[in-house]
Amino acid sequence: MDYRKLTNLAMNDNGFIFDPASGYSYTSNETGLYIMKLLAQGLNRDAICQEFMAEYEVNEDNFNSDFEHYMLMLEALALVEF
Amino acid sequence: MKKTYIAPNIERNSAGNTNKYGAKSVVRHQDNIEGVCISDLVKDYGSPLIVLSETQMRKRYRRLLDVMQRHYPKVEIAWSYKTNYLGAVCSIFHQEGARAEVVSRMEYEMARRLGIEGKDIIFNGPGKSPEALRIAIEESALIHIDHLDELYLIEKLAKELDMVPQVAIRVNMDTGIAPQWSRFGFNYENGEAYRTVQRLLSGKAMKLRGLHTHIGTFILDANAYYWAAKALLDLALKIEQEHDVLLDYIDMGGGFASQNTLHYQYTAGEFASPSFDQYAAAIGNAFNESSYVSKNLPTLILETGRALVDEAGSIISSVLGKKNLPTGERAIILDAGVNTAITAWWYKLKVTPTRSFPGAYQNTIFYGPLCMNIDVIRPAVPFPDLHFGDIVLISPTGAYNNTQWMQFIEYRPKILMITETGQVELIRESETLADIIGRERIPEHLRKI
Repeated sequence: MDYRKLTNLAMNDNGFIFDPASGYSYTSNETGLYIMKLLAQGLNRDAICQEFMAEYEVNEDNFNSDFEHYMLMLEALALVEF
Repeated sequence: MKKTYIAPNIERNSAGNTNKYGAKSVVRHQDNIEGVCISDLVKDYGSPLIVLSETQMRKRYRRLLDVMQRHYPKVEIAWSYKTNYLGAVCSIFHQEGARAEVVSRMEYEMARRLGIEGKDIIFNGPGKSPEALRIAIEESALIHIDHLDELYLIEKLAKELDMVPQVAIRVNMDTGIAPQWSRFGFNYENGEAYRTVQRLLSGKAMKLRGLHTHIGTFILDANAYYWAAKALLDLALKIEQEHDVLLDYIDMGGGFASQNTLHYQYTAGEFASPSFDQYAAAIGNAFNESSYVSKNLPTLILETGRALVDEAGSIISSVLGKKNLPTGERAIILDAGVNTAITAWWYKLKVTPTRSFPGAYQNTIFYGPLCMNIDVIRPAVPFPDLHFGDIVLISPTGAYNNTQWMQFIEYRPKILMITETGQVELIRESETLADIIGRERIPEHLRKI
C-alpha cells in the first residue's frame, strides 16, 4: 500500500486536514487522525495496533476490523493507494 | 487510564448538503421516556422492550376530539382495534369515551372482554363470519356492510333471530388520491352504493343507521377527506329525499397519517403529515357546506388509530454487535428486529442514541437479530460509533407493531406502559417456549427421536 500522499497533508490537532495537491479538505476524528499520522511516520498495521492498544480501551480484533474499514475510506478518498 | 476508543472516521468537507428545511444532521440523544430513565428500564426489565406512553395516547385523543369539535360539534371517535389491541391500550381510549371499531370476531370478542357493550361496537371489515354476524346482531352492534353476500346473509339472520340489525353501508369513492381504495364497500360514482341502499331498504329487514368509508391509509393529502365527506353527505341527502330515511351518523373511517416517514418520502413525516387541524378543516368544511347536515346534524365518527397511538410507542433495543460492511457503511446488529417492529418495512423509523457520543457520524445500517436478509430496522443513517451493549431508541412504533408483529425466530419481548403518574406497568409479559408450543400436537410416531 502506498501512503506517500499522507506525508503531504496538512493536519491540525482538531482533525482538520488539507490536501495542497488537490485543494480538498477533510475532517477526521481523533482516532482517524492518529492512524494517518502513524501511517505517515511509516508504521505498519501491527505497530499501529500496538500503539492503539496502549493508548485506548480497544482489543486487537475490534481495532483490526475498524482499521481495514478505515483503509477503505482512505482509498475511496484517494488518500492511499493499494 | 486509557482513553475511550471511537472507530476512526474521515469525511471530505463540502459546502451545501443541507435540506431546504435546514434540519440538523446532529443526532440528539434521549436518555428517558416520559422522565423514566431508559437504562434503568433495561436493568429492571431486560432488552428489547416495547414502551407505550399513556399520557401521549390521552393527549392525542383529547386533541383530536377538541380540534374536530371546533369544526363540527357532534363528533365521536371509535378506537380501531387493529392498530393496537393490547387490553391496556384499548382501555385508555374506552375510558376517554371511544367506541370500539373491530374487523373480526377475534377483535369483537376482545372488545366484549373489556366490557364494551354490543351497541358501542362498530363491526367493520370484509370478512365477517356467519357466527360473528349472529352475535353482532343479537348484541345490537353497528354492522358496516361490505358486500352484497354479507347483506343477504344479514337479512337471513335477521329473519332467523327475529331482530332488526343496526347497519351502515360501506362506500368507496374517488377522492383524488392514488391508490384509490375500491375494495371496501360499494362504489359511489357508478351508483353501486345507492343501489345497495335501495336493495337494503326494500328488504325491510334492517335499520340503516349510517354511511361509512375507509378511503385509505396514511393519507398525506387532508383534502381527500373533504371529497369523501361530501360524497357521503350527498348520498345521505339522496337517501333522505328518495326514501325519507334519516341517517344517524357519517363514519369517515381512519387513515390519518402519523409523524412517521414512509420509505419513498423525501420530506420528513413531521413536516409532511397533515396536522389534526388540517384533517378536521377538510371534513368540517364538507359538513358545514351540506344542507343535509344543517337540517339533521348527524354524528361524525372517526376511526383513526395510527395518528392516536403511533407517537405513544417506542422500542428500546441493545447493540449485539458492530460490523464494517464492504460497501463502506457500518452495520449495527440490534436485539429487536422486524419481528417486533414490523413497521420498519414501511417507515424510516427514527433511531436515537440514549447517551451522548463524541466524534463524527458515519452511515450506519441497523439490522435486527433475525437470520433473514429482510431484517432491516433502518437503512443507512448517519450515526455515532456504537459498541456492544449500547442502547438505542426506535420510534415511533405505537401503531400496528403489537398487532402485526410476528412470532418468528425470537420470543416477543415485554411491553411496558408509563402511566400518567410516571409509574411503570408491565402490560404484556415476554413470551416463553410454552407460549409457542402450547397449541402444538406432535403425532405419536414422531415423539421418539
